[in-house]
Formats: sequence, structure tokens, C-alpha cells
Amino acid sequence: MEFGFTTAAYVVAAILFILSLGGLSGQESAKRAVWYGIVGMALAVAATLIGPGSGLWLLSLILVAVGGVIGWIVATRVQMTEMPQLVAAMHSLVGLAAVFIGFNTHIELARVLSLDPTAREALTGFAAVLAHKSPVEQSILRVETFLGVFIGAVTFTGSVIAFGKLAGKVDGKARKLPGGHVLNAGAAALSLVLLLVYLANGSTLALVVMTLAALFIGYHLIMGIGGADMPVVVSMLNSYSGWAAAAIGFSLSNDLLIVVGALVGSSGAILSYIMCKAMNRSFVSVILGGFGGESGPAMEIVGEQIAIDAESVAAALNDADEIIIVPGYGMAVAQAQQSVSELTRKLRARGKSVRFAIHPVAGRLPGHMNVLLAEAKVPYDIVLEMDEINEDFPSTDVVIVIGSNDIVNPAAQEDPNSPIAGMPVLEVWKAKQVFVSKRGQGTGYSGIENPLFYKDNTRMFYGDAKKSLDQLLPMIE
Amino acid sequence: MKIGALRENYEGEARVAVTPSSAAHLRKLGHEVFVESGAGAGAGFSDAAYQAAGVAVAPNAQALIADVDVVVKVRPPEAAELKAMRRGQVLISYFYPTQNAELLELAREQGVTAIAMDMVPRISRAQKMDALSSMANIAGYRAVIEAANNFGRFFTGQVTAAGKVPPAKVLIVGAGVAGLAAIGAATSLGAQVYAFDVRPEVAEQIESMGAEFVYLDFAEQAQDGAATGGYAAPSSPEFREAQLKKFRELAPEMDIVITTALIPGRPAPKLWTEDMVQAMKTGSVIVDLAAERGGNCDLTVPDARIVTENGVVIIGYTDFPSRMGAQASELYGNNIRHMLSDLTPGKDGVIVQNMEDDVIRGSTVAYDGDVTWPPPPPKVAAIAAAKPKEKPKEPTPEERRAAETAAFRAQTRNQVGLLVVGGVLMLALGLVAPASFMQHFIVFVLSVFIGFQVIWNVSHSLHTPLMAVTNAISSIIILGALMQIGSGSGLVIVLAALSVFMAGINIFGGFLVTRRMLAMFQKS
Repeated sequence: MEFGFTTAAYVVAAILFILSLGGLSGQESAKRAVWYGIVGMALAVAATLIGPGSGLWLLSLILVAVGGVIGWIVATRVQMTEMPQLVAAMHSLVGLAAVFIGFNTHIELARVLSLDPTAREALTGFAAVLAHKSPVEQSILRVETFLGVFIGAVTFTGSVIAFGKLAGKVDGKARKLPGGHVLNAGAAALSLVLLLVYLANGSTLALVVMTLAALFIGYHLIMGIGGADMPVVVSMLNSYSGWAAAAIGFSLSNDLLIVVGALVGSSGAILSYIMCKAMNRSFVSVILGGFGGESGPAMEIVGEQIAIDAESVAAALNDADEIIIVPGYGMAVAQAQQSVSELTRKLRARGKSVRFAIHPVAGRLPGHMNVLLAEAKVPYDIVLEMDEINEDFPSTDVVIVIGSNDIVNPAAQEDPNSPIAGMPVLEVWKAKQVFVSKRGQGTGYSGIENPLFYKDNTRMFYGDAKKSLDQLLPMIE
Repeated sequence: MKIGALRENYEGEARVAVTPSSAAHLRKLGHEVFVESGAGAGAGFSDAAYQAAGVAVAPNAQALIADVDVVVKVRPPEAAELKAMRRGQVLISYFYPTQNAELLELAREQGVTAIAMDMVPRISRAQKMDALSSMANIAGYRAVIEAANNFGRFFTGQVTAAGKVPPAKVLIVGAGVAGLAAIGAATSLGAQVYAFDVRPEVAEQIESMGAEFVYLDFAEQAQDGAATGGYAAPSSPEFREAQLKKFRELAPEMDIVITTALIPGRPAPKLWTEDMVQAMKTGSVIVDLAAERGGNCDLTVPDARIVTENGVVIIGYTDFPSRMGAQASELYGNNIRHMLSDLTPGKDGVIVQNMEDDVIRGSTVAYDGDVTWPPPPPKVAAIAAAKPKEKPKEPTPEERRAAETAAFRAQTRNQVGLLVVGGVLMLALGLVAPASFMQHFIVFVLSVFIGFQVIWNVSHSLHTPLMAVTNAISSIIILGALMQIGSGSGLVIVLAALSVFMAGINIFGGFLVTRRMLAMFQKS
């Protein structure tokens, strides 16, 4: 009876989760969708608590409550610009939890197997479930547990490193230990061997060594990926955390875990795919880190970067009718979104058409710029995707590029030898006038020269994005 | 050719069609210039000043008309003047052919070529001879001056030792040339200026002159001025009602109202009704620039200044340009000169009546014994209409169908291929795996499938919230920890408890952050 109820609750919860993800197709329905997710989660937790195999109610509730309070505080305090870090940090929690739960399964299995048959019958809860498994099922269980721990461990260290890179605590450059991917491959091969060992005798040592190897893979893999590829990494880790949950679901015979794990896993995989496509790179080349070897010398760039001061930018803006703003990670770093919003408001109040062009990989998280602009109260109907706005650049008077580099790099189209050749980019250089707000003359994360900065219709507006924009504001009239 | 300017006989008319300075330009075109004695007196140009500029002075109209080939003047000709003219002579003046049908007929009978300065088409090339605009500019300016003259207060707001003076509030109705000129004059006097027009596209011009555009909350407002050559067209009764309602709201606040609303070829629309006048404060001033065409205000008396019972001054003068005779003559004289220079393409003193030319054809109302009014529509549109967007080349239906079938075939091939491979793998797995595993595996595969279907629909801008939500629900892993926490050894409990704790952080943090993000998305 009890079990039937739990299953029923799981079915409802699973449907709610699916609706929750489906609701994200539009801004308005998304607000409702979150509530579906919350109710689904509450239902799932409640059903599990009263279902079979649970115990220590009070402790569980207290722990959830304490965790909840911490989560609440973190979520209310976090700045929208720190969103990528937060998401990465949270993935690491899921990964670590998966590792712990996998170990628990292992410990329980070992304990159950060491008991004699009569004692097994007397077991309750989770142990009882394990006790009733046939030898084949036990082997499968071992594979599932092993996989769950492996993916969980990779997710854990990977997310920690991603967090560090995004928060600026770890150097954003792609960095590999000597040996590079051979080390990763070695660790993966070792894990495979350990899987066979573990299958044969259920050795705790094999599991622990594998965990260490997986932790290393997670660390080394993400260390080897540059900051510019972080959108892919974060969505990939998101996907991993889902697969980890699904693997744990298999080992615990819990369908809801499998369903949700699979949903999250496929969602992350699709996001990674979208991101990769936006950068015109294969998933493998992103994971293998850095940019692939150049096939020839990069095109010679002629001309010079011409600087411009705030007055001239303001004058051009005052004269312009069609303005497009292209924000990038630099806007997030400088916390300039409020100033951008204010500038937009002032320009629009003067009857100018102001729109935003968002490249799919702008920022460090998929949709990062949308969230920042929304935070600064820029209406979402003037924030457009690359495909929607790319053909409008030739009829645009002024383009302001704020802290983006690779996504507006004409070399992607003009120079077949460029590392980013073929990547879809925003064609800002087709506008009548381009202003690039940039801290200095250095190259961006990718370290690629940007010929845009040398074009005749480009002027460089050097300085911190926020300060530069604040300088502009009083001059717009 | 010989060009002669007549003295204006109209009561109070101070303008003259040729000034000493415009005469100099005309002489450069190869013409000889004549004026009737005393023609420039009203505008402050003596006969001596003309003579000094090389202009011959004729003693009277009769003598002048007999002497010259081209007669220029300001006001429409009088019947006597036309009758004195001979066949082939050219007359350049205001004509108002719509209202003056019998004058037009007379011009035709006399065989006179009549060029109406009020019919110059509104195209860029003709702006230099657009007398309506140059006169409206003066009228607008003068209207403000007349209003100020009749208004017992400052226009500008001041804080003085003797007390605070609020700025005058001025409403300009109709933002044509006169209206815009009035806005300019009133703002430079320091008044707070509001302006209204039925053509919403002039809002920008109004604001550029420093006035506030009075917006009308009305759906049908989109009157396109470009379609009517930049002039206003009559509006619908509903629109008129909405407009009057707005005016009624504004009337008690306004100190000065200047109405300039005219629709070409129609009596002036009544926009300022009696009850609005009554709602106005004592001492307020209304200047009705449309008085000559019946007035925009109900109470306007043409050519008069009246004071209503509640002390509102209504000015219905029709001679504002004439009140600034010198300036008006200067500008009108230049308009005439530009018209003549278009008529003298060779600059050799030979007038060529080129009826193929849009400007000349448009303004010529009688030619060679024929009435040539109304003219055919000009070849150049007055204001470029918005170009319709070029449509992308449509593929032919066959091409499209072929492309569709090809795409469909490829898709089918892909899908079938995937299904076959997936199915075979599944069957192979089913051969070795126990039933209990397969049961879960089916659930897993279906979920992945659903996930793929659902996630593709997520809009790009919501990818960050999507990650936050999936992150929050991936803490469903808490279920595993909850199932384990109740059983087994101390180590299991500790690890499970830690997992519960971490998942707890994730659940609350993830959902809360998502909600925060989504709450920020808003439409403009």
C-alpha cells in the first residue's frame, strides 16, 4: 500500500518536472514552470520520507532545513553576474552527493552479502532491497554504482575547477599537466580495469582508487579548457550531474531518480550541443581543450586601432537613429549592465531604436547576457538573438560593442586560417559606425587578434565599461 | 524680358513683389525691372531706392502693364488689372484658383499666362519659391508677437524680488510652417509651449523646436502626411471628438492659444469651440491664423480683435505677413526671383514656359488661352513614401516541394537508421540483462527521449534559468540519500546525511535563483 502510494507520487512528480522544463519555452510560462518544479520536488521528498526504506525522519528534515537555509541565503545574496559560478558550485554538490550515495550502496551491499541468509531476511529498508537481488542483479548493481561514483566524482572536481575559473580564483587559461590528454586517457583506462576488478570481487580498494582517478579526470579535464569555452563546460557538467543521478537511480531501483536524471542529462547535452554549434566547434574539440592547431599563418592585419573619447561617442549616438548594443563577458565583469540599461532608456526616450544583439556564447553561461540585461530591467523584447538581428547590421547607424571580442571577430568569416574560422559571428562591422568599449589593447580569452578593431569604421572606446558608459550618460540629449 | 511689379491696391497690404535687392538679381538674369510708383512704400522701399537699384519706375498701373511682359504682384489680381493685360503676358502672384473661378476664367479669356505662387508644388527643388511657407513663417512669428502684445503678463517665468512670475503656457494647434515658427518664437520668449498636430510624424519636429507634443490617445491617429504632400487631411469624426476632448482639458490651463490648422482647399476646421473659450482665464489670448478661411475658433471675427465677455482676446487678423511688410516683401521678392530664374533657364532674359517641368506646370493655372488647373500629379512625390521592403525571392512551388520532399526523405532515413540501431542495441541488451533492469532501462530511455523533445523548445534567452532549474531538480538525488539514511552502519548514515544536507542546499538555492532570474524578465 505504502509502496503504491510512493510510486503514484513519483509519477506525479515526474510529470511536474517535465512540465517544469517544457514551460521554459517562453518567459511568461517559465514563471509558472518553476512552481511545477518546486511542487514536484516537495512531493518527491515527502513521498520518499513516508515510503519504504527511509528512516531517521527527524534528522533528514533537520538536514534539509539547514541545507535549505544555507541555499536560501546564498541564492538571495548572489549577484546576477556571479550566476555562472553559483551554478557550477551547485553542480559540484550534486556530484559529491552522488559519490557518497554510491559509496553507501557499496558499503551496504558488502554488509548484506557478508550476512547469512536468515539475517538477510530480517533486514529492513534499503538493505532489504539489496538482500533480495540475484547474483546477476548484483553485478549490474555494481556496474551502476561504479558508474554513478565515477560520473559523480568527475562532476565534483570538474565543477569545483569550473567554479574557480569562473570566480577568477583559478587562472582562466587552458592549462595541462605534462602528458596532457594521455593522463586523462590513462586515468580512464585505469577506471575501466578497476571496474572489472570491482565486478569480480567487489573490492573497496578498487572503488576508492577509481574515485581518485575520476576526481583527477574531472580536475585535469576542466583545467585544460579555456575560460571562453566555459558555457559548454557548465552545460556539460550540468549534463553529467544528471547522468550521475540516473546511474544512482539504477543502483537504487528508483524510477524517479532515473527519470529526472535522464531529463537533466539530456537537457545539459542539448545545451552543450547548441553552444558548440554556436562556436562552430565539435564537442570533442572543446573537451580536449584549447583551440586546435592553426593550419596556416593568420591573415595579416593592416591599419591601427583608433581611440575615441566619450564626447565623440555621445555625439554619434545623438545623431543615430538605429543603435545596436552587443554585450559580452566584459559587461558582466565591469558590472556595467545597469549603466547599459540607463543608456538604453535615455536613448529610447529620445525616440531612437535601441536593440541588443546576443551571441549564443556571449558570457560564461548559456543565456548569461539575457539574465544580466533582465536584471538591469532591459525589456526582453528588444534583446534579440544573433539569427534575428544579424541581417540588420548594414542598416544600423551605431553599434556599441561592450566587452565582447571573439563573437564579433570578422576573422571568422574572412580568414580561413583563423582558429575560429567558420564560427558564426555578429556582423557588427557592416554597420556605419562601431564603437568598441574595451579595457585595453589586449586580446580576449581566446588570445586571437580581432581585425574588427582595426577597421575604418571602428573606434576604440578604451576604459572600464561601466566608467565609460557613466561618462557617456550625461552627454546623451 | 521686362518685369514689372504692381502696387498692391488691397486695403492694408504693405507687401511688394519686387524689392531693390531682388531686382538686382533679376537684372542678372537678363531682365529689365519696372515698378509702379509707390509700390514699395508700405514695405519701406522708396521709388528712389528702386531707381538706385536700376529699376525703372512707372507712374501708374496702366503704364506699367503696357510696358512690361511679366507682371508680378502679391495679392490675387483684381478684375480690372487682368482686363488691362494683353494676350501672352505673364502674371505671377497669389491666385487661389479654387476660390477664384471667375478670375481664372477671365485670365483664360484674356489669354494671360497666370502663375499662382500659392500652387507651387511641395517638392524639395521648389522650396525656394514656396511663398506659402515663407509667409507662414512670418505669420507664425507675428502671431506670437501679437499675442504677447495683447497678453498682460510675461511670457517667461521669473523669480524677482517683487514676487514669482509663472511662465505663460502657450498651445499651438497645427504644426505646419506657421505653427513651428510660432513654437520657436514662443519658446525663445520663454513660454512653456505645447503643440498639437493630427500628423503624428511631426511630433519629432515639435519636440526639436522645444515644445511638448500633446499626445492624443487614439488608435486611428496614424495619418500619413506623406500621402497628401505634407499637408494635413480631414480627420474622422471620432478622431475629431478625441481631439476636442483633449483641447477641453487643456483650455483652462492655457494663457495663449495660437491656431494654425488649415486643410488645403477646404474651410478651416473648427477646433476651438465656444465652450473652450469660456473655460479660459480672463486675459488669455487666442490668435487665429486661419481667420481668412473662416477661423479655427468659433468666435473669430476675420480682420478684427475682439474681447469676449469673460475677457479673452481673440485676434482674427488676416494680414500678419503684411504687418511685417519689409521682411515679408524681402522673402516674397526672393520667392518671385527664384520662380523667374526657373523660368529663365538660359539666364539670358528669355522666359521659357516649360510645361514639362513639375514646378512650372504645377503652378501655372492659365496658359495660352486654356485653364491648366488642376495640374496632373507631379512626377516627383513631395515626400518620399516609405519604400516597401523588397520581398525575398520566393522559390517556385515545385522547387519548394522538391526541397521539402528531399528534406523529409533525409529526415526519415536518419530517424529510421537511429531507430534500427537503437532497437538492435536494446534487443541485444535485453538478451543478457535481467527483467528488473530492463524495466528501469525502459524508463530511462523514455525519459531521455522526453528530455530531448522538451528541451529543444526552450528559448535561447532562458538557457540560464534552464540550467538553474535542471540543477535544482538534479538534486532529486536526495531521494537516494533519504532511502539510505535509515539503514545500516554509522558510516552510511554520515555519508547519507551529508548528501541530504548538500542536496538540501541545492534544492532551495537552485529554485530560488531561478525564480529570481525569471522575475526579472519583463516586456517593454
